[in-house]
Amino acid sequence: MTSSSTITLATEIEGAIGINPATCYQCGKCSAGCPMAFESDLRPHQVMRRVTSGPRERALQDESIWLCLTCETCSARCPNGCDPAGVIDALREIAIESGIAVMPRTVRAFHKSFLEQIRANGRLHEVGLVVGYKLRSGALMNDVTNAPGLLSRGKLGIMPDKIKGVAEVRRIFDKCGVTL
Amino acid sequence: MSTVVDAAAAPAAATQPPAGVLAYYPGCSLHGTEPEYDESLRAVVEALGIAVAEIPDWNCCGASSAHTTDHLLSVALPARNLALAEAAGFDRVLAPCAACYNRLAAARVAVAEDAGIREQLPDILGRPFANSVEVLSIVNLLREATADIAQRAAAPRPTPNPLVGVKLAAYYGCLLVRPPELSGGDDPEQPMFMDEVIGACGAEAVDWNMKVECCGGAFSVSRTSSVLRMGRAIIEDARRQGAEALVVACPLCHTNLDLRQKAMESRGEPRMPVLFITQVVGLALGLSPETLGLKRHFIATEPLLADMSVRATQRVADEKKAADEKAAKAAARAAKETAAKAAKAEAAAGEAAPAEAAPNAGGDV
Repeated sequence: MTSSSTITLATEIEGAIGINPATCYQCGKCSAGCPMAFESDLRPHQVMRRVTSGPRERALQDESIWLCLTCETCSARCPNGCDPAGVIDALREIAIESGIAVMPRTVRAFHKSFLEQIRANGRLHEVGLVVGYKLRSGALMNDVTNAPGLLSRGKLGIMPDKIKGVAEVRRIFDKCGVTL
Repeated sequence: MSTVVDAAAAPAAATQPPAGVLAYYPGCSLHGTEPEYDESLRAVVEALGIAVAEIPDWNCCGASSAHTTDHLLSVALPARNLALAEAAGFDRVLAPCAACYNRLAAARVAVAEDAGIREQLPDILGRPFANSVEVLSIVNLLREATADIAQRAAAPRPTPNPLVGVKLAAYYGCLLVRPPELSGGDDPEQPMFMDEVIGACGAEAVDWNMKVECCGGAFSVSRTSSVLRMGRAIIEDARRQGAEALVVACPLCHTNLDLRQKAMESRGEPRMPVLFITQVVGLALGLSPETLGLKRHFIATEPLLADMSVRATQRVADEKKAADEKAAKAAARAAKETAAKAAKAEAAAGEAAPAEAAPNAGGDV
């Protein structure tokens, strides 16, 4: 039995990436190569299945889509050209747009802090990233012991490397509708 | 070989760069946590006579955070850099970071294939954009220079090439070879281009299983445990196949395998140095470890470099000894042959004129 809302999700994904996830024949080759497979509740072929069967929210609200490293091993190996990595990209984007994304706290904290640095300076500032990350994730002691080694090797800039065209970068974020 | 142009002297804001100069997109990591990749790259391209000039006012490519969050943003952020390079008159941009290369090259493909994005971009960027700039990874570039590298690595010089016979594992990871359209025509499952560059340097690229496995990439900070698990498997396989060091072309792989290696259980095994491909090429070209930033790593490279130097000196001594022995043997053989010839001539002379004594029958002895 297929509900109309699940057709919408598969169709929506097809509209975004040009591939219908229903063409997946569940061979499992994607999951065999996925480096995060046994840390995730859903392996890639199971994500592909969930997109085409069951309630829309169940597919969009699974944490597994946020444990994807975007390494693209699944898509490179898919014998039927189903592009699981592209499907997962689309799922994340739809989940964010729908306001129902269930991201692990540390992953959300990292991406938000990372993009915030780019919006603020145009380039990544590691110290700013780590401070923002710690405040958001609560992982205050994470990597503290690496700081002296990074500093002594000239690998940590104290001040951000701000570009002249930072207004252009902010314009890009705004025009793409990405708010942090 | 092309002419050496001082990259630093190339005018950053010129409307038309000199012909043959590559736009250089270092990316945030090369300006931040992995400066040795930038140092070794600049030293190597200068030594090879390839001129590069940094794209003026470049911005972050958005990396996996933009990729994970919003497709349009993940295209538009790299597209600004391509637009800047285009406006400065470049036709090729070198992106040594595998993640930056991937995002820049993927943006180029997305713009070419998606008319909707193509129409939106000039407004999003606030600048014209014709998508005319080709994106090169460091491996694409070094591969073009392989013959030159091989010739110079093998040339005689005061300090011998330390890489000869050294076993290295070429680690490609994800972003240089996937998606397959971005892998530069090489096999995405069994790529060889980095192995070929290692071979040109005189070193031996080992066969191993993990060359295209993921190192955990962007989870370095947010899910370190996953990164340690993946890194350990990569390093253990390289060690099993006899590699003395890993070779990477990505600053994120380097961070995950070098900085994080001390947190991986090593079961008493020595730590494995993780070298950038540019550092390997630099050593083959005779550049110093200091110039190549080899002292900045967390897993010390000094023990390996010292061992390589001892082996190189030994190899040169052995080669000299072997050559000397060969020469001595050849001389002895020549002397023996000459003596035999003389004896034969003497005997012949004795037969022809048995009555005459022939003290100088050999003549040439």
